[in-house]
Formats: sequence, structure tokens, C-alpha cells
Amino acid sequence: MRYPEDVRYTSEHEWARLEGGLVTVGITSYATDQLGDVVFVELPQVGRKLEAKKPFGVVEAVKTVSDLYAPLAGEVTAVNEALAENPGLVNQAPYGEGWMIRLKPEHADDMKKLMGHDDYAQLIEQEQA
Amino acid sequence: MPATTLKRTPFHRFHAAAGAKLVDFAGFEMPLRYTGDVREHQLVRTGVGLFDISHMGEFRVEGAGTVAFLDRALANDVAGMTVGQAMYTTMCLPEGGIVDDLYVYRSTDHFMLVVNASNTPKDLAWLRGLCPADVRLSDHSDETALLAVQGPKAAEVLKGHVPDAALAMPSNRFVEGPLFGVPAVIARTGYTGEDGFELYFKGSDGARVWNGLIEAGRPFGIEPVGLGARDTLRLEMAYMLYGNDIDETTTPLEAGLGWTVKLAKPEFNGRAVLARQKEQGLTRRLVGLVAEGRRVPRHGMVVESGGRAVGVVTSGTFGPSLEQAIAMAYVEIGSSTPGTRLEVVAGPSRIATHVVKRPFYTRGSRR
Repeated sequence: MRYPEDVRYTSEHEWARLEGGLVTVGITSYATDQLGDVVFVELPQVGRKLEAKKPFGVVEAVKTVSDLYAPLAGEVTAVNEALAENPGLVNQAPYGEGWMIRLKPEHADDMKKLMGHDDYAQLIEQEQA
Repeated sequence: MPATTLKRTPFHRFHAAAGAKLVDFAGFEMPLRYTGDVREHQLVRTGVGLFDISHMGEFRVEGAGTVAFLDRALANDVAGMTVGQAMYTTMCLPEGGIVDDLYVYRSTDHFMLVVNASNTPKDLAWLRGLCPADVRLSDHSDETALLAVQGPKAAEVLKGHVPDAALAMPSNRFVEGPLFGVPAVIARTGYTGEDGFELYFKGSDGARVWNGLIEAGRPFGIEPVGLGARDTLRLEMAYMLYGNDIDETTTPLEAGLGWTVKLAKPEFNGRAVLARQKEQGLTRRLVGLVAEGRRVPRHGMVVESGGRAVGVVTSGTFGPSLEQAIAMAYVEIGSSTPGTRLEVVAGPSRIATHVVKRPFYTRGSRR
């Protein structure tokens, strides 16, 4: 499995991508592989302030359900409305069209606290061992 | 990491080669999914899928006292079975709780019992404890392979590779005969709501039958299907999963399996308790729930009515053929009428649901 290098990762299998001062958040391909087909994603309201490492939503798959955790603190500026109609985008393009929320981070520096590509790949290897 | 070694079926290498995600199920390393739960589910509803369910347990019962023994151990009517009949039944404790749900096959000179993998050792010990001297009970789980071919195109796949009688028989019948040239029990049974067959044969013939089915099924789009889709298919039909929906603390009457309980029989394990329960009326019942949104009620979640706990969810999933979140739950009898609005507690959220008649899915090809 491949993990893109232009995003940072959490141990809860979210990814975060900093672009133009905003952070886009989704779940990794490892997470979607573990979950199976996603049938519903519960996302917060735009404007809600999220705390780092606290749940902000729920991803519901056929077989199982999982909480979504904020990679860093910030205010929700957008949610992926397309997921309401087509939650399967999370499986098809977890790092692209399957994104979940966009945040205005409290401290953009918090991105550095997240895992890089190599550390995340290593974490997955350990989880699978 | 776990020190125990998982058992493997004769088809393990085919699952691995197909890229299946393998998981521990009842001590066996089994395929959870090959491509995707929903895709595999639809394959069975519209075409044909191939399941490895060799983890299930098979017992052979024979000897002069067999019918009397089985009629005493099982809730359903064994004496009334004809040769070539397959029958679903529950097996109860004297206290009425369910030891297991199983299939009974009546052959000319013996019976075959097919039990849940998770219960195989328990059932064997339980039945041995009840077994009289004129009955021989033997466990053939390890050497028996079991594949299920399920879907509206299942019969077309088997055409020419099984005796013609197997294709002409209705559901819950079986024949003993060649399957791709090897000895087999060919049953028109399943756990999906679709037409289909369950095929029992020696594990040593596994590769021949698997390859034969994949080859014969190719024109019909056959693909292997994992336990993930097996669960969504069975739950759309409101079929029981032992350990979730039924166990030793629930009775067949509470589970809606009263049709497997033949109180007219003079005596069987659980009879007195079940007769009393029927006479006095149930206090709770397993019902079907359909959610209003797409959040899924899951096993163990509490069911509420007007803020008061009235039950608990036993199984839940998103039903791909219904495009609805569905569940089964034990609820107080006063909350069990179809149409009743109930809420399921999902952490801080509430899932709005209503009670429906089972099964959820009624358009299957099962005949």
C-alpha cells in the first residue's frame, strides 16, 4: 500500500494537508481498507471549533463504525458535501475526492507534530505485524 | 501477538491468491472480503457467488436409536423428515436457552448435522452427553470441505457437473452424488435468501471442486465472496447469527424461531420451559429495526422508547439491497409491534428507527 508524501498523518489514521493556510482532513487508505465500504459519514457544522485529538465525526462502514479525530485544533471552514450523496468516494479516493473537512488551524505549526510519510508507513507495518 | 495458530480450510491458498483480507473467525483464518462487501453482496443478489464455509462443523449420527435421540436433543420434528430432506432446527438446554442452531440432513442410513464453527466443540460435547448406547456420533468437521454457491444463477453454474436431480429439487432437499466427479452431498440450502447450493465433500478434493466451480461459473460471472457480504446477505433476510442474535440466554420463541419448536413432540430438551413460555406469553421479542438515516445500529447498543431502555441491538448493518441501515434487537413485548418508533443509543447520538416485519428483504430468488 502506498501513502502520499504531501500529507501528514495521525496514529488514528487521519491525514492532513496544508494548502494556502487551510488544512484538509481525510482518512488514510489503510483506514478505508480496514473499514470496508463506507456507507455514511457524519461531519460537523461549518464554523465549529475542533480540539486536537477529539472526535469530530463518525465514519460508518458496512461492517463497522469508527470515530474521526481532529489531527489539530482549528475551525471548520468547509465539509465535503459530496459524501452525503456518495460516501463511496472515501474508498475510491481517500486522499482526493474523499476528503472530509477543511480547517483553519489555530496554529499552523501543529502540522509538524503530525507523522510524516515514513513514520506512518512504519506504524502500519507494526500494526500489521 | 496471538500464540494460537488459526486453522485453515482446504481453500486457504485460493483466498490468499485472490488477495482476500483474511480474519480470525471462530479460530479459522477466513476471507472477510476479496474486492468489497457491497460489490460481493450485489454479485450474490444478481448473479452468483462462491463462499468457503468449510469452518462449519459436520457430525454424522447413525444407529438404531438415532431418530429418538435427535428428536430428544433437537426442537424440530426429526421423525417426520423424509430421506433427502434438510431441516433447520434449534437445539435447546433443558432451561430453554439455545445451545446452537443447525441443519439436519436425513440420509438413508444416517443423519448429518451441520453446526456453527464457533460451537462445534461445545455441540459435540453436549450431544455426546445425551447420546445413548445404540447411537454412534462422529465428528467429521476437519476432513469435510463445504462450499456454498449462491445467487439466481447458481443452478446454471452447476448444470452438467451435478446429477440432474440436484437441479430439479426444491429448497431444503439434497442428493448424494458426483460433483465434478467427486462424491458429495449437494443441498439446495443457503444463508443468503437467494437460490443456491451448499456442497459437502472431502477436503482432499478441494482444489478440483474449487477450480471446477470457478471455471464453470466464469460465463456467469462467479467470484468468491467473503464473510462480510455473507453477513449483510443473511441480515437482510433476518437469519440468525449464533452468538449475536441467539445464545444460551435466549429461547427460540423469543427469537421468532417458534416454527422450529414442535411442542407436539412428547419430550425434548427445553420443552417444558418453552411450553410454559408460550402459554404465559413472551416478555421480549427479537424484532427488525429500520433506521431513518444511514447511521447503523450496532451489536450491544441500547434501544429506547421515550427515553426509557426497552431493549438491546443484537446485529446491525447497512443493507446494500435495501439501501437502509437495518438491525435486529430484543425489545420488550410492548415495543415489538411493527410501526413502533424506537431510538437506538449510539454514543451521544440517537438513531431513529421503527420496527418492521422480518425479513427485511423479500425479493430473493430462493425457491
